[in-house]
Order: sequence, then C-alpha cells, then structure tokens
Amino acid sequence: MYAYSDFDESFVRNRVRQFRDQVERRIDGRLSEDEFKPLRLMNGLYLQLHAYMLRVAIPYGTLDARQMRQLATISERWDRGYGHFTTRQNIQFNWPKLRDVPDMLDALADVGMHAIQTSGNCVRNVTSDHFAGAAADEIADPRPYAELLRQWSSDHPEFQYLPRKFKIAITGATADRAVTRAHDIGLRVVARDGAVGFEVSVGGGLGRTPMIGRVIRDFLPEADLVPYVEAVLGVYNQLGRRDNKYKARIKIAVHEMGLDTIRDLVEARFAETRSEFPGAEAALAEIRAAFRAPDFRAGGTAIPSGSPAFRAWTDTNLAPHRREDHAIVTVSLKTPGQQPGDASADQMRAIADLAETYGYDEIRISHRQNVILPHVRKDDLPAVFEALAAAGLAAANAGLISDIIACPGMDYCALATARSIPVAQEIAVLFETLDLAHEVGPLRLNVSGCINACGHHHVADIGILGLERAGVETYQITLGGDPTERIAIGERTGPGFAADEIVGAVERIVTAYLELRDSADETFAEAYRRLGLAPFQKALYSEESRENAA
Amino acid sequence: MSDRVLITDAGFGPVDPAERYLDFADLEAAPGALRVDLGPETDPATLTPHLAQIQTIRIAFPAVSDGRGFTLARTLRRMGFAGRLRAAGQLIPEQYPMARACGFDEVEIDAARAQRQPEADWRAAAGRQGYLARLRRPAA
Repeated sequence: MYAYSDFDESFVRNRVRQFRDQVERRIDGRLSEDEFKPLRLMNGLYLQLHAYMLRVAIPYGTLDARQMRQLATISERWDRGYGHFTTRQNIQFNWPKLRDVPDMLDALADVGMHAIQTSGNCVRNVTSDHFAGAAADEIADPRPYAELLRQWSSDHPEFQYLPRKFKIAITGATADRAVTRAHDIGLRVVARDGAVGFEVSVGGGLGRTPMIGRVIRDFLPEADLVPYVEAVLGVYNQLGRRDNKYKARIKIAVHEMGLDTIRDLVEARFAETRSEFPGAEAALAEIRAAFRAPDFRAGGTAIPSGSPAFRAWTDTNLAPHRREDHAIVTVSLKTPGQQPGDASADQMRAIADLAETYGYDEIRISHRQNVILPHVRKDDLPAVFEALAAAGLAAANAGLISDIIACPGMDYCALATARSIPVAQEIAVLFETLDLAHEVGPLRLNVSGCINACGHHHVADIGILGLERAGVETYQITLGGDPTERIAIGERTGPGFAADEIVGAVERIVTAYLELRDSADETFAEAYRRLGLAPFQKALYSEESRENAA
Repeated sequence: MSDRVLITDAGFGPVDPAERYLDFADLEAAPGALRVDLGPETDPATLTPHLAQIQTIRIAFPAVSDGRGFTLARTLRRMGFAGRLRAAGQLIPEQYPMARACGFDEVEIDAARAQRQPEADWRAAAGRQGYLARLRRPAA
C-alpha cells in the first residue's frame, strides 16, 4: 500500500498548522466568514444541520489497519463513537467541535491521513474501483494513477477556486465499479496495441441535472494523464459559469457549448501543458513501486464448507480475486435496521484486526458504503466470517435489495429536504422480515434525501428521491438506472409517495418483478430492460394493485 | 489611490500613485499602452498582437472565490508574456503563493484589507509549495 513519503508527511503537517492559524484568524477577525469558508471547506469542515461535520479523505478508498484504528479512536475521542462511510469512499464525523478540529487533523496526520479537498470548489478526493489491485477482471491497478492525480491536485495553485467542485473517478477493470461516467472526469484504463492508456469522459454527474459523461478522448497515453487533466481543468476554470452555482459544473459547460468545442479547447491547451510535467513519469514510477501486491500465501482454491449462514454469506459477499486461492470479501455495513454506511468504533477495530490477521493489512471502502477486505485466502473465510458475525458485521446482503446506499438525509444534512435513513432502514427490515432479499437477487436500491443526489438514486435499479412539498415529505421513484459500464439514468415512474406509502410502493415494484421475470436468473435490471417502465407503473399506480397491497 | 498596498516577495510596499492603467476595451484605440487592466473573463487570445510592448498587466480578482485570474495568468505566461503581472482586488494571504506559482509577480490590495490582514500574514503564507513543483521538476 502507498506509504507517505517525507514530502507527504510535511505537506499534511503544514496544512494542519495552517488550518489552526486560519481558525485563529477567523476568530480574531483577520478573515471574514466569506474568506474563511473556502479554507474551512477545502480542509473538509462543513457546517451541518446540528453541528460541524468533518469529512476525512480516504484516497481511492484505500486504508490499512493502523489507519482504521485511528478512525475508531478519533470517533470515540472527539465524536460519538461511530463514523459514516460515504459514496465518495470517505468517512464523515458528524459531531466535532470547531476548536477540536485541528487536533483531529493532527491525529489523522499521525497515521498519514487528512481531510484536504474533501469539500469546496476544488478537485475532490479521486475515487476508484474498491476491488482495485485484487479484481480478476483488472487490466491495470488504477490506484497509482489515482495517487498521482491526488498529488497533482493537492493545493494546485491554479485550481483551488474553481466555479464548483470537481470529481474524478478511475477504474482499471473491464467492469466499471467506480461509476466513472457520473464524474466530471471519468477515466477507464484501456490497452491499445500493448500500450496502457485511458478512455477519458467529461461532464458526467448526478445531482439536479443528471448527465452521463461523454467520451472526449478514446485513448490517452498513460504519460499524458497529468497534462491532459490539467488542460481540462484550465478550460473549465476559465469557462465554467460563475453566475449560478446550479449551472457551474463542467457538465453544463459541455451541454451548453457542445462536446466538440470543449474538446478543441482542451486539445489546444493540452498542446501547451504536455511538456510541462517532466517529473510526472518519475513520480508515477515511485508511486507504483509503493503499490506492490502483497506476498500472497498460497492455499486451497475451493471455498470451505460451513453452516447455512456461512454459505449464504459466501454466496453474496464474495467477489472473484485474481488469484484462485483468494477471494474479495465485502463486509456489509447494511445489517437491516442499521444506518447504512455507519460503523462503530468497535466494528472499525474488528475490521482492522481481520485485515491484519487475514487480509495482508489492506482495507477498502466502497462507494456502496461497505468495507472491503480485498485479499482473503479462501481457507481463511470461515474464520473471517465468524469474527465478522461476532462484531455484527456478517450481514449476507452485498448487492441485494437491503444493501442500500443512503445519504445522511434530514437527520444530519443541512441541504436535505427529506429523511433518507429511516426509509432505507424500513425497506431493509421489510425484506429481511419477508426473507425475500435472496429470492429477489441482485438489486440496487439507492435513497437520496434531496435533489443533490448524494445517494446516487439516479443510477439505481430502484431510486428513491426524498423531496418536500408544502411542508410534507414526498418520495419520487426512478427505475432502470445503472451505475456500471452500461450506465443509465433511471426513469421517473410518476407522482411521488408519502413517507408512509413509500415502503409499500417499493414492495409492489418488487412483487411485480418476481411475477414478471423469465426465471430466477433474470435480474431486475435485465427484466426492466426487457419490459420497460409500463408494467411497473401499473403495479405502482393502478387501483387494483393498491387495493391488493392494502 | 496612493493608499493601496503592493505585496511582493519583499513584503508590503506602496503602489506608485502615478501609475495609470488602460482599460482593455480601449487597447485597440490606443495601441502602445504600457499598462493594461484585464477583467478575469478576458479571452487572452485577443491580447496576442499587443503582448510584446505591454510592460504590466493587472488582472482583477472581483471575489476571493473567483479563481479565473490564476488560469488567465498561466495562459499569458504560456503565450510568452514576459512583462510584469499583477493580481489586484479581493485576494487573501493564502492566495499569494498561488498567484506567484501561476506567474504573477505581485499582488495589489486596498488599504482596508492591508490593515485587516497585516504583512506578517502574507509573509507566513508566502513560499508555500505543494506537489506541483515536484511534478514539474526536470526529468532525472
């Protein structure tokens, strides 16, 4: 795993010192609120509904046991004993006090972590495939490129005051598990004539105006990555709208000016930037050496037998590893009834222990708000399962309907217009009670508590968007969204549902799917592609179906 | 306004009250101007015929949150502009090293800001360097 260099270490320490000083200057008036706000945000500190919120970066979702334990310690010392893992592979602490934040940042720096650029109108934490470095379908490990971009974007003097936030995602596998086309820049590793490069898309994003990123370069040679991204950002910084924050993302510039215009501007700028980074190649080589694969211990290639509970868990929570004697383990943070993505300090320590004992000290956070142990010997799976069960972390539901992405919603967030956590909890508990989740099979259900779509509802099989209408929460449903390489934005079914109707509405959709599918092998996504919206609308809105459900 | 403050690596200094800047819009009518004011929205390509004789370009920063001037400065340097580049307006000490790294020589602020954000704050921020310098280092 990437370990901080002396330069990283001093950079992060300096940032903490600077932030301490910035807080002082805000308090004594040398910085106005308007001047302090971007500084606070680019150090990860939000002002939320009830309190400050500190968003800590987990670059490309990768961390080790020591770092996970420190997150546990921080949550106990300065928060309420838990943390919330996010769809951007970060962790949020919801109850810090402003005067404690510099100390929290120092504690993070002790283990090579920080909160830099997790917020604000700058290049945010670069996200990646949570199976990176382990997946069987990987062309190249995307994390060295992600780390290179992290270094490039950190405190970049030209791009700290952009029109709006800027998100980059990268995948190195054939399956897209990083939702790359829903990012301002999406990078997909591709090989051409034996050389590694990237397919580059721009202008993707969810939020109030969901757009799928468009391919601006079908093959960008590896060596051109930094200068090309620098050119895109330069064009965006100059042309992105600053008159309306809702139209300030690069997706609007691409939409209004046209992809060809943006491409021409980027290519013209790239001609200038291309020769400006002679050090990037050496930096990438150094980074790559730091991402060396662990010294794998050989073992059996079959999954050991075990109890029905163990078998149910291995059916859903394992993914193919590039070695036959290993598996990728998803640790579900979605036990029905819990807050999706939350982990207690004890659970974080349990995961850290497992990573150390069985997982070569590697942990990942997924954008689906679960924890991944990327390298586990198949022989060790029973022991891992037992330890997870003891920590309340063995829910066998990865990829099922109860594995719900949910934003914090109105329980925490200042922007939210509706609650999302209780809706997610009720749906998960319902399908647990009915014991239907395994029968339904792979199904992505995502909940956002406002139009900003942090819960990725646009790209879910079943997406739920919580809004407020005349003081009352109402939930709109979209169907047929897809976050993968087949990316699609879901279609709205029709009028929304009240808070006490939404769970029943979801049940009607799922019941309709079970009746309509060709066989148990046809997933919800496949059935939806075959059938379209109409039969599900009928199930949702016809008098008959409502009465049957009642 | 003689009470404006010019910040360079040497610290605070006065702005020469005799300096006069020509509005960019008037440049066509008065070619040969030595000092020009640019708004952050300026398309730098329109300056190409004039760059050789301009001595100083002053780029306006209308708000702390508006970073267009940084990119404009980088572009002018890439175009070969070798004269003096000044960032003027709403900048905070944190932005001084950013301005320098983007090709500015100096920053001009008003007296009220200079009083609220004294020289020591600007000196503390000056010289901060992130990763970029490493990526731009010459190949070994």
